[in-house]
Amino acid sequence: MNAPAAAEIVVERLQKRFGRFVAVDEVSFEVGRGQILGFLGPNGAGKSTIIRILCGLLRPSAGSVRVDGIDVSRDPEAVRQRIGYMSQKFSLYADLTVAENLRFYGGIYGVRGAALGARLRHALDIAGLAGREQQLAGTLAGGWKQRLALGCAILHAPHILFLDEPTSGVDPLSRRRFWDLIHDLAAGGVSVIVSTHHMDEAEYCNRIALISQGRLIALGSPGELRRHALGGVLMRVEGHPLERLLERLRGFPATRDVAVFGNAVHVLLDAAAADDEAALRAFLAGQGVADVHVDRAEPSLEDVFVQLVGAQPREREAVR
Amino acid sequence: MKLRRVRAIALKELLQTWRDPRSLMMALLVPVMQMLLLGYGVNLDIQHVPVCTLDEEGSFFSQALLKRFQASRYFELVEALKRPGDIAGAMDQGRCRLALVVPADFSRTIAQTSHGTLQAIVDATDDNSAALATAYANAVIAGFSANVQAVAMQRQGLPVQPPALVVQSRVWFNEDLESRNFIIPGVVALVLALVGAQLTSLTIAREWERGTMELLVSTPVTPMELLVGKLAPYFVIGLLDAGICLAFALVWFEVPFRGAFTTLLVTTSLFLVVVLSMGYLVSVTIRSQVGASQIALLLTVMPISLLSGYAFPIDQMPAPIQAITYAIYARYYVTILKAVFLKGSGLAALALPVLALVAYAIALAWLAARAFRKRIE
Ligand SMILES: Nc1ncnc2c1ncn2[C@@H]1O[C@H](COP(=O)(O)OP(=O)(O)O)[C@@H](O)[C@H]1O
Ligand SMILES: [Mg+2]
Repeated sequence: MNAPAAAEIVVERLQKRFGRFVAVDEVSFEVGRGQILGFLGPNGAGKSTIIRILCGLLRPSAGSVRVDGIDVSRDPEAVRQRIGYMSQKFSLYADLTVAENLRFYGGIYGVRGAALGARLRHALDIAGLAGREQQLAGTLAGGWKQRLALGCAILHAPHILFLDEPTSGVDPLSRRRFWDLIHDLAAGGVSVIVSTHHMDEAEYCNRIALISQGRLIALGSPGELRRHALGGVLMRVEGHPLERLLERLRGFPATRDVAVFGNAVHVLLDAAAADDEAALRAFLAGQGVADVHVDRAEPSLEDVFVQLVGAQPREREAVR
Repeated sequence: MKLRRVRAIALKELLQTWRDPRSLMMALLVPVMQMLLLGYGVNLDIQHVPVCTLDEEGSFFSQALLKRFQASRYFELVEALKRPGDIAGAMDQGRCRLALVVPADFSRTIAQTSHGTLQAIVDATDDNSAALATAYANAVIAGFSANVQAVAMQRQGLPVQPPALVVQSRVWFNEDLESRNFIIPGVVALVLALVGAQLTSLTIAREWERGTMELLVSTPVTPMELLVGKLAPYFVIGLLDAGICLAFALVWFEVPFRGAFTTLLVTTSLFLVVVLSMGYLVSVTIRSQVGASQIALLLTVMPISLLSGYAFPIDQMPAPIQAITYAIYARYYVTILKAVFLKGSGLAALALPVLALVAYAIALAWLAARAFRKRIE
């Protein structure tokens, strides 16, 4: 988890309480220029809350948030000029047309003159909404609304972008397109934080923050997370019957966790167990389970997530 | 404050009002409806007041006087009573609201002393119309007495000349005693407060309700820019509505207008700042369109229709209520409107109520500017 050199977003021990409820608990991370950080986690994990704090919409209960070197609590307005935000719920004006919405945000961000025309065309292009300028935003289908929202968010060419579940309600093909857009923006130097609860989208991010119940439970590139976050070695064991296999595998000294995965069993072993593959085979043979196929498995992010979330304590009330 | 942002917000607000049938109706139709409704509905004019007579003299002279009443459009002789004891009954049963008693020695006294006494008994259950009926009765009698004088002089062979002094209870500033003239200027205040506060009570609440506030707050727009951008279009609509009201008052109801339009423009602008800021304040606080519009209604129509003095004269209210009216911002504007319309007063003469409006405008605009916080909690 190497911290990027020129961190554009620095979050330190961020906490957010709603009354006694802790929605965000001691979260720290950094995002470098041109990076895409994905917030991955189930509904209610606290993703939106963190993003809203980053935009200055919510005041943090504790911790510090710096965006482009500016403390959000101290000078939220300076931060707001630099960011683009796409909220989880559609927040454009349904009773204004596509062009009117874009022009409104152009005015709000002070984009002017010739630049405005160019930015408007660019945004329409990006959103694929050219030719629909006169359509009321409220009458756009779900995916088009999201594109318009992205168009509005990048109208003033911010170099920091917060996208809260931009692909929810978007069909898979458009989702793909959406991620291409995000990558184009990042390639142009825009730092992006994007939240999602689609596991498959995590692969598109440079780095992923796994969030569950307000806590950051893992942070790293998809590859790093798959390899290291589990803190062990994942083995895939095929054999019959699965129940007996499962039971025997639990008895292996280096076993940390066992789960049925399709027609095989996934076993998480302590990393310390050196040549674990052979040892495991020998152990199973000793247990009278000989007809097995054992090999190393590349864990999916879902494996990592399920594993890490399962290891997390449940209570969530503030101590005070 | 960036003008570009203010302009973007104002334009957006106008577009939204234009596309929302309810707001559009409120902005353009309600003023017309209110003017017509209140102009005709709250008509305190008395006409055809039923009159009972008790003519104890029964002379040609006394009958001539009573005929004068019959001829007036304000009165209608409905019953000739026989005995003084009948008067109370006739009034209690509502058969008449005014009783005229001509004493038996009416002609004789006039002949001897040139002064006559006529008793008029008024049903004063309705304070206002009682006062008006008395004034009208006085006018009729004065007209009659002037006539009598002229006839008497003619008889004595003197040249007929109009009497130098006609004793008449003259009703100032509204000579033809049209109660409409009193009321309509005040209706302008009612309409502007209603429309202004209603429209602005929706502006912030609408953003919260539709979720558009989330994005708006994430932009660098300042609370002051938001306030000005959101109120500017309604200020223009308010002035437009004031124009509509004025046109109705002058052309349709033919209310006299003796003041200067600039006086009206200045004071109306002040009043608009007050009501628009109030609606905005409510909208920021309540965050729901229905709730905000109800509260705005409560803060405008109720106190204004009852306590601003637009229809019910403040000096006829009990002292504690009179004290309360000083807190009703519309009271000052109504005072100004009536003075500008009927008396032709200028700003200098109206310094006190104008200053009161200025104070209200500053206070409410300040509160409104401070009320909005760029947070979604
Ligand atoms: N304004 C609020 N008041 C109280 N609780 C809130 C508020 N906003 C969010 N929460 C709670 O905080 C938790 C995290 O919510 P959120 O950040 O929206 O999660 P996510 O975006 O990951 O789905 C949820 O349990 C939610 O109910
Ligand atoms: Mg969310």
